[in-house]
Amino acid sequence: MDVKVNGETLSVPKDSSLTQLIELLSLGNNRIAVELNQEIVPRSEYDLLQLREGDSLEIVQAIGGG
Amino acid sequence: MIQTQDKTLSIAGKTYQSRLIIGSGKYQDFQQNLSALQASGAEIITVAIRRVNMGQHEGEPSLLEVISPEEYTILPNTAGCYNADDAVRTCRMARELLDGHKLVKLEVLGDQKTLYPNVTETLIAAEKLVAEDFDVMVYTSDDPLVARRLEEIGCVAVMPLGAPIGSGLGIRNPYNIRMILENAKVPIIVDAGVGTASDAAIAMELGCDGVLMNTAIAEAGNPVLMAAAMKKAVEAGREAFLSGRMPRRLYASASSPIDGTFF
Repeated sequence: MDVKVNGETLSVPKDSSLTQLIELLSLGNNRIAVELNQEIVPRSEYDLLQLREGDSLEIVQAIGGG
Repeated sequence: MIQTQDKTLSIAGKTYQSRLIIGSGKYQDFQQNLSALQASGAEIITVAIRRVNMGQHEGEPSLLEVISPEEYTILPNTAGCYNADDAVRTCRMARELLDGHKLVKLEVLGDQKTLYPNVTETLIAAEKLVAEDFDVMVYTSDDPLVARRLEEIGCVAVMPLGAPIGSGLGIRNPYNIRMILENAKVPIIVDAGVGTASDAAIAMELGCDGVLMNTAIAEAGNPVLMAAAMKKAVEAGREAFLSGRMPRRLYASASSPIDGTFF
């Protein structure tokens, strides 16, 4: 199924959890935050969250800035 | 007012020895940033919140692996936000990212050329963030009424600009900064516009509680050396302020006695 991540369409296995998506993107060890359809997902819920067709996610990290 | 003992800088219930806050933008690499941070003596460092690169190289270190939240107070900013909603969203993401740390730097910009703060949106964002239990350090203009309003809203620090972000023009309106200081009950930290060490010293001599800078260090020819200079400048300016400076005079006042001249 297709989901949108950071503005890009991504094809992921049906019924993927958010954890699985994060692993797929090799972000498992990174300090990140995730918004699903404009709502923050607490880290404790990554395993439980099942992605659906058309979900839109934003995955962010801390980078250099002033 | 003359004091001999300086109290430490207290922001949102935490005390800091250093009154210098630096940024993590525009550095050559993380190592240079870390070296500058160490040379500066700063305990708080700002970061930005942005999308991860999808094609991220595995094993490549990220900023917070080099500059650790265990050792430093990470201050996420809302740089790039032009409205309150984006700023609030950014802060929520930052808090999640940093395991519930609620200290944030709020900046809502109004104009790409000047990067001047949009104070209307800043006030709206500040109210929302304070209501969501964030500890808000707010970047703002040097308008004393806005500064007072932001304090009333419940921001833990008010941070008037010295000059536009990245301009290096120094403290353009020291009189406004003084007005802001007069009324303030929260720390006032000059944020933006510092270009060199004397600018930081001037901010501290006015009575500011701290100085926040990024470009002044990152774009110096030798950032690590400039960071060391800034550390001294902030300390020197603070000591000068605490000393109670001599008055300015229109005319001279001789330092050596007239009596006893032999000619």
